[in-house]
Amino acid sequence: MEIIISILSGVLFAAAIYNILQKQLLRIVIGTTLLSHGAHLFIFTMGKLKTGQPPVLTDGISDYTDPLPQALILTSIVISFGVTSLLLVLAYRTTQENNTDNMEQLRGSENE
Amino acid sequence: MIFAVLIPLLIACFIPYLSKIKHKIHTGYFVFIIPLVIFIYFVRFIGNDFTPVRQTVNWIPSLGINFDFYLDGLSLLFVLLISGIGALVVLYSIFYLSNQERLGHFYVYLLMFMTAMLGVVLSDNIFVLYTFWELTSISSFLLIGYWHFKERSRYGALKSMMITIFGGLSMFGGFILLSVITGTTSIQQMIAQSDMILTSDYLPLILILILLGAFTKSAQFPFHIWLPDAMEAPTPVSAYLHSATMVKAGLFLVARFSPVFSGYELFFIIVSLIGIITLCWGSYMAVRQTDLKAILAFSTVSQLGMIMAMLGFGTEAAVFAAVFHILNHATFKGSLFMVAGIIDHETGTRDIRKLGGLLTFMPMTATLALFGTFSMAGVPLPFLNGFYSKELFFDATLGLDAATILSQAIPYLAVFGSIFTFVYSMYFFFGVFTGPKQFNLLPKKPHEAPMGMLISPIVLVLGVVVIGLFPNLANAPFLLHAAQAVNSGVEFHEVSFWHGFKPPLIMSLIVVGLGTVLVMTRKKWASVYTVLPGRLSFNKAYDKLIEKIDSYSAGVTNYYMNGSLKTYMTLILGTTLIVTFIFMLLTNGFALSTDNSADFSVLEISVVIIMIIAAIATIFMNHNVAAILVLGVVGFGVAILFVTYRAPDIALTQLVIETISVALFLLCFYHLPKLKKSTDSAKTKIANATIAIGFGALMTAIGISAHSSNWFDSISEYFIETSYTLGGGDNIVNVILVDMRGLDTLFEIAVLGIAALAIIGLIKYKKNKGAE
Repeated sequence: MEIIISILSGVLFAAAIYNILQKQLLRIVIGTTLLSHGAHLFIFTMGKLKTGQPPVLTDGISDYTDPLPQALILTSIVISFGVTSLLLVLAYRTTQENNTDNMEQLRGSENE
Repeated sequence: MIFAVLIPLLIACFIPYLSKIKHKIHTGYFVFIIPLVIFIYFVRFIGNDFTPVRQTVNWIPSLGINFDFYLDGLSLLFVLLISGIGALVVLYSIFYLSNQERLGHFYVYLLMFMTAMLGVVLSDNIFVLYTFWELTSISSFLLIGYWHFKERSRYGALKSMMITIFGGLSMFGGFILLSVITGTTSIQQMIAQSDMILTSDYLPLILILILLGAFTKSAQFPFHIWLPDAMEAPTPVSAYLHSATMVKAGLFLVARFSPVFSGYELFFIIVSLIGIITLCWGSYMAVRQTDLKAILAFSTVSQLGMIMAMLGFGTEAAVFAAVFHILNHATFKGSLFMVAGIIDHETGTRDIRKLGGLLTFMPMTATLALFGTFSMAGVPLPFLNGFYSKELFFDATLGLDAATILSQAIPYLAVFGSIFTFVYSMYFFFGVFTGPKQFNLLPKKPHEAPMGMLISPIVLVLGVVVIGLFPNLANAPFLLHAAQAVNSGVEFHEVSFWHGFKPPLIMSLIVVGLGTVLVMTRKKWASVYTVLPGRLSFNKAYDKLIEKIDSYSAGVTNYYMNGSLKTYMTLILGTTLIVTFIFMLLTNGFALSTDNSADFSVLEISVVIIMIIAAIATIFMNHNVAAILVLGVVGFGVAILFVTYRAPDIALTQLVIETISVALFLLCFYHLPKLKKSTDSAKTKIANATIAIGFGALMTAIGISAHSSNWFDSISEYFIETSYTLGGGDNIVNVILVDMRGLDTLFEIAVLGIAALAIIGLIKYKKNKGAE
């Protein structure tokens, strides 16, 4: 199952990067969101799947799933939410100001 | 001692305040006290029974970098030069620079230089020495560029910076090698372990790197080109940095490392050869100059070459002569620079073609110049110190082991260089003070300089005469210690004016004789300069090089910094992909094993398949809402996987965040332009797809390899065991987040806060603009 999840996260990465390489701002935002999903799953498989009970201490059970990746992912989910919302608003403002959402047209001047 | 080094820098902090009252009291008067105090502090070390003093103040002990000050004879000589000449130069500058100038800047730079230079000569720690060394380059840069509105000043400043920093960095490389080989950062300990260095394979490299530092700093051929351009600095600076002190730092470095390298053949060859070439080339080129300060600049180059050559010889006689000449050169060249400054100040020009016949108008200045130039020329008179050191120099050239061609050629080259030294000295004096008066060409009517301006050169010329009359005065208590620090075999020798009709005297007489002939006939042979150097110019080579580097680096930078986000992403991802792949391949990182895998059910497989389809679909969706929905599918799919794999906390978080995200996306997409079908060419699409698929494949491979190999034990056991005992909580994930990695979570909240502020800012900005 780890191999399958690894493939899934690879597919998510590939789709994310393809989106990021597009010209439209929206695609880039979608791409970053997919990228964080891929990264979460990637970290998740690092801790081996389904090796025990949920990581909540219970009497009589000594076998738990690895809690460390979960803690990392929890932080990451929240951060990526912050990033996504900032990017969305940024994309929105950029489009409003420049009347375009095409990255090629947002390149700035030669002498910058 | 450490205070003596740092005092100038400390006082420099107050200069900006003191310079506010520059119209009442010239800032120079405050500054003057500092080098004077330092001079008096150090002068008491002079004595027959002087022994080295050491003082250590820890700075970065873990790296062996400490303010390790070591005062031996050589350091003492330089310290006294720096503070003594420094005091005179400051005094001179009071009259040279009017209070209309930016005095605050000037004196801050000058004091910064003073600290740096004292640090260079007193540091025993090579890294501290390097730090101070670069600080001298920087302060020299600032001082040359003092009149920054002049194009030539900026050019000269940059040139000196480029060349000396290049040398400084090479030297740094040499220092690192030295410290790696010897395992110490102290120069004295390196000297004690010189066997270890001399048997090292890296010896030639170390030698060349360190000598590059010394040669660029001391303006040795072919790096001398920066010194004439540095003459754009105010004359007090030229007298101080570019003749008496900073340019001698290179000599100091060679002298300091002489005990390590002496006896090594390559050291002798490189240093002597470069030194003697510099001597000849500098004096030869000096005769061609028309600017007074340029003559002096080339003369400094040639004199430095002469001292460098003597340090290269390394014999007892040569080392003593070198040390003696360092002192003598500082006196006569310092005074000559000040004379040049006076002439410039009082006539408005430094062009020797316009000057002439100033003897009757500036008798005092002329007298000073007379002593200075004749001493520089090495005219055999018993009251000129230049003669003694020149004589010792000739003596040293003859005392070489005559086995090689170089050793045999050196005396002839020395005479050749000295003849031209004689010629430019006379050219300088007679060109300015005798000959036809052409006052109509001068911007100002010439008159004698104010007394204040004359004091400093008078003191220096007194030094010339006193050393000339009593050449042994400073010998035993002072110079001998300096020479012994370079070559411990130096013994006390009486320096005398007349020591028989011996080869050195004959050489001196040849110099004076041939020199006089050449001075008389200068106009006739001046055409020789069209043959050599002719079109050969090191300046042009430098300019070309700088221009090429400029345009080339601009080209390279513009090639990849083209403003396109896509290019950046492609470059970053492509590089990561290739580097990681190669690294994994080389380290045998790839692995595939299905052991210890979790089993899978129909539910999980279906979720994975749906997610894969949804993820790929995001690329092809050309409708806003549809795109959000498939993105949502992926997000909720992740949540379901979290649930099935026993991660309740993140599953919950993921669900909440995903819901909000979808809502947020919907809100924003409403305002954003519609998604369009990609208009990229097939070629671009394939390139993008290649990178994307390659990267995805790499991540998959890493994931599988990480699963299949078991290189490290998991550290999670620690958290499971201590969750309750340390954190007092049953939910391990929560304990990690709020307890064990509490700070991470705090910063996470901070990041969210910053993002929220930024979002508010972005939205508000629109409102404000709308109100306008």
